[in-house]
Amino acid sequence: MEQKVKEPRYHIVKRADINGKEAWIIRVVAILSALLLCAIITMVCTGDNPISIFATIFKGAFGTQRKTWITLQYVAVLLIISLALTPAFKMQFWNVGGEGQVLMGGLAAATCMITLADKLPNAVVILLMVVTSILAGAIWGVIPALFKAMWNTNETLSTLMMNYIATQLVAYFTIVWEVPKGSGKIGIINQNSNVGWLPNVGNKYLLSIIVATVVTIGMMIYLKYTKHGYEIEVVGESQNTARYVGISVEKVIIRTMLLSGAICGLAGLLLVGGINHTITTTISDGQGFTGVMVSWLAKFNPIAMIFTSLLIIFMGRGASEISTAFELNQSFADILTGIILFFIIGCEFFIRYKIVARKDLGKENA
Amino acid sequence: MENREVAISLRGITKSFGDVTANSNVNLDVYKGEILSLLGENGSGKTTLMNMLAGIYYPDAGQIIINGKEAVIRSPRDAFDLGIGMVHQHFKLIDVFNATENIILGLEGKLNIKEAEKRIKEICDKYGFEINTKKKIYDMSVSEKQTVEIVKVLYRGADILILDEPTAVLTPQETEKLFNVMRNMKHDGKSIVIITHKLNEVQSISDRVAVLRHGEFINDMKTSKTNAQEMTDMMVGHSVSLNIERPEPVDPKPRITVENLTVVDEEGLVKLDDVSFTANTGEILGIAGISGCGQKELLRAIAGLEIVKEGKITYIHQDGRTEELLGKSPREISELGVKLSFVPEDRLGMGLVGNMNLADNMMLRSYRNGKSRFFTEKKQPRELARKVVDKLQVATPSIDTPVRLLSGGNVQKVLVGREISSRPKVLMTAYAVRGLDISSSYQIYDLINQQKKRGAAVLFVGEDLDVLVELCDRILVLCGGKVTGIVDGRNTDKYTLGSMMTQKGEA
Amino acid sequence: MFSLVAFIPRAVQQGVPLLLGSTGETITEKSGNLNLGIPGVMYVGAISGVIGSFFYEQSCASGELNGFFAIFIPLMCALIGSLLMGLLYCFLTVSLRANQNVTGLAMTTFGIGFGNFFGGSLIKLAGADVPSISLSATSAYFSKSLPFASKTGWFGKVFLSYGFLAYVAIIIALICAYVLKKTRVGLHLRAVGEDPAAADAAGIDVKKYKYVSTCLGCMIAGLGGLYYVMDYACGVWSNDAFGDRGWLAIALVIFTIWKPDIGILSSILFGGLYILYLYLPSGTHTEYKELYKMIPYIVTLVVLVITSMRNKREDQPPKSLGTNYFREER
Repeated sequence: MEQKVKEPRYHIVKRADINGKEAWIIRVVAILSALLLCAIITMVCTGDNPISIFATIFKGAFGTQRKTWITLQYVAVLLIISLALTPAFKMQFWNVGGEGQVLMGGLAAATCMITLADKLPNAVVILLMVVTSILAGAIWGVIPALFKAMWNTNETLSTLMMNYIATQLVAYFTIVWEVPKGSGKIGIINQNSNVGWLPNVGNKYLLSIIVATVVTIGMMIYLKYTKHGYEIEVVGESQNTARYVGISVEKVIIRTMLLSGAICGLAGLLLVGGINHTITTTISDGQGFTGVMVSWLAKFNPIAMIFTSLLIIFMGRGASEISTAFELNQSFADILTGIILFFIIGCEFFIRYKIVARKDLGKENA
Repeated sequence: MENREVAISLRGITKSFGDVTANSNVNLDVYKGEILSLLGENGSGKTTLMNMLAGIYYPDAGQIIINGKEAVIRSPRDAFDLGIGMVHQHFKLIDVFNATENIILGLEGKLNIKEAEKRIKEICDKYGFEINTKKKIYDMSVSEKQTVEIVKVLYRGADILILDEPTAVLTPQETEKLFNVMRNMKHDGKSIVIITHKLNEVQSISDRVAVLRHGEFINDMKTSKTNAQEMTDMMVGHSVSLNIERPEPVDPKPRITVENLTVVDEEGLVKLDDVSFTANTGEILGIAGISGCGQKELLRAIAGLEIVKEGKITYIHQDGRTEELLGKSPREISELGVKLSFVPEDRLGMGLVGNMNLADNMMLRSYRNGKSRFFTEKKQPRELARKVVDKLQVATPSIDTPVRLLSGGNVQKVLVGREISSRPKVLMTAYAVRGLDISSSYQIYDLINQQKKRGAAVLFVGEDLDVLVELCDRILVLCGGKVTGIVDGRNTDKYTLGSMMTQKGEA
Repeated sequence: MFSLVAFIPRAVQQGVPLLLGSTGETITEKSGNLNLGIPGVMYVGAISGVIGSFFYEQSCASGELNGFFAIFIPLMCALIGSLLMGLLYCFLTVSLRANQNVTGLAMTTFGIGFGNFFGGSLIKLAGADVPSISLSATSAYFSKSLPFASKTGWFGKVFLSYGFLAYVAIIIALICAYVLKKTRVGLHLRAVGEDPAAADAAGIDVKKYKYVSTCLGCMIAGLGGLYYVMDYACGVWSNDAFGDRGWLAIALVIFTIWKPDIGILSSILFGGLYILYLYLPSGTHTEYKELYKMIPYIVTLVVLVITSMRNKREDQPPKSLGTNYFREER
């Protein structure tokens, strides 16, 4: 043939299997490269040397005992939310509605605290808070699941919309209950009576950490050792197989989203009743979205999620320490987190695939 | 006639997927202005070979010469540029587009629907198609969709058309229409390759026939100078004695009776048409037929996975009690105490979960059992997995290996091992030995025979006629969703079966 | 007193960023890419424009801005910034086949962070001695309306009182609608989003279409951010002021069932709903304004559910939305 024809020079091959070690090396390399890039960017912005930058990051997250506790508490909340989303993701249901489910849980808790404070004894209020917040989260989670099961409504879009409906509901009640009038804020609820404040265990940070531990272990067991967990896995892997062995796919979707929403509600309870003692529209601080990434990066493994959520919180807290130290803006943390995420997201490709050069390229030269 | 111009010339084409060789060293010529039938059994490599012409696959070795020039076809676009168009068995049409939009998809230049519709109409008039250019694909019948696909290829000015089993989805009338169109195209000087395994069609439409078997080119000849017997012989090869064991059925009693079963798919196509038969205990009932003749739907209907239009499927217990299985989900069927096992055709997409390990795959059927209502029982599946690995000699690093990493034969052993572990009363298998090497195949036959000996009613859907003839006690032949007969496996041969499989068209 | 003539211009001003965002997201989604990074992209577009014009204003100490550069520099910066975001998204999801949801959310985190960081630190980083970012000079060029707009009474107020980007937004939406409906490129793009395998078989370069449409989509959305800060906010950047408009733009895509021309009026409707609370009769409790702001999302959800219930094929999301395509290697 006269014109030069180009044969494909390389093709992308799915790796049959990659041993765990190799996969982790790829991930670690990715994180290190990301950290390097972060360091360079930080250097450009601050003019400081990278070692002291990393020292500052570490100081920000673990510099004092109090900072360490706060870091751990943040990790705990993010971990709970990530764990909540995980069963949904495992069955390939893209629940990006964690934000809304957390808010609804928090709103339910706040409602109990505000409306029942002087009517019922503290213990009863707390009990009601637990029940209603879990229920509220579950309801918020199951609505998109019902749409999906009945009409196959795209769940990414529906859960996304549910987030903002929840945000506006919270905004509405914030003004209904604002203290003082006109401030647009609720402020600390029951500051004097402390009704509905979740009890301190040891110190005020420990409760979330304990709950997170319980949820982590519980979720690990649920996914790995229970019939429900098994069904979730089968539905996620292949709906065809699920039907073949008689699993009702719709039922599993609804049940799993009830659970997913319920745990998000629990996170909302902790945020309102245990940590902030107030409610704002930004109380979950985007963690419903961050949780999606934490869960996905950990390959839906609850134990690995401890590390991924720690990594994200560590970077966030560290970066905000940098911002403070160099009088930069707090959002610096988001930039660094974003960069690390991009690297980890990108590196998964090299774990799943390898690029193979085509062997016989002789023909076109002949 | 002998000095016709060559349109396509394939030289030494080889293609393999992993360990499986789909085509090895195939040489084939297609002349201008002829209709060539590419004949072969399922899995003989016909479609793979043609896909290399259409730019779907790229050959590992060999040359493709188009109109006297060596060509490199990397993509469908390259194929179009060379004037090659293929109508795939699975149509590649956009559902929400109308016919015109699909036909002109991928072309360049200014979009002029009116002009395009005019040209489509010209093509239709020239060759005798009927097409409603404004109709959306999702509103179309299969035959209309096929017409769109063919017009799409012609619209691109293709001189070489490849049709992959075009008649599999058509009624006899539609087939006749298609053949008329094909003859018109031939007279217009186009070369047509039709992939098929229906001998009567080969005879009625083609000028020449080329036969592939096990990925190798066997022979080609003028259709007028051959006959059905010779073609069948080439297609299936010489009768080989496989020496598959066939114990005498012990005390056969009816286990499942199927009466007047009719299944219509979403497209409105009749998949099973008034099918009735009885499957007995201690007996292997073979089900033969060209692929897509309703075998899959039959097994799925019995397993409770198909929406059935009408009919009855009755299960008869050991003590004579009967259960109606129709309208029950797989779970309800198993809760009735009906022990039904099903080895589906799609092993990793349906029978097993590729990403799960052996032990977890064992649980698919049994995970609801166990003492606890909430927790899964992991010990028994692990034991079962170990037992299956030992007994069936599954080559696997461990029972914690995801099954997708196993080779085809081992995957099938895991699946069959699980399905027979429940000591089924009814065992259904679909293409149980497809893609398996000889020794694995024999192992599967042995396992099926063991189930027969312990009194299970076995339904064996197969494609290799030699195997069916040697393994099965009775063989039910399906053709186009209808039962063309049930024959005694001991008193039949594959040629009889072969002609029954294609009977519908001849009748 | 509710005055329609006063209300419509405000609704339009609210609607323009939404329109640009949703037009961008629509053509992105038409290629099968569900880009949840759009809110981030809009932030990046806005801040890139701010950075560009900040330095330009700084360099013109005298305050005498050249009209062309005052518009050209921020415009180019916004386009380049959002283009880079689009390239990043495509590289990760199309070339590296990463999960679209995760990539999009990461981009939103990054983009919002990027916007707020530079919005808050630009002055310090640049070592300038101004109290806050207020680009009123540049903004004047962006929000300049036609000279005779004020002379034509209610007509001018309703139709002619906007900065040029508002008209650009409408033109872009019309062009996109036209391209999608009437041209070969649009046909191919829709095919890619519906069934990439079939498009591939028809000889369409799926990767190219995904890259180009997503990047263009991001650039259009980035303009939405630019309009917000330069025209609507009069050149004053304040962190998080852009709020949830990015998500509202995604909602608008669903609401318009993936049709940019419907987006023009819908965006004004959404914009109107967004500010409707301002027109509540006095004496109404202010909390209800939050419920009014909920309406766009509820309406969108209802539209989404109803379209999936009715199951009319033309109104569904592009069939391959959210999934990546690569030719199967057997």
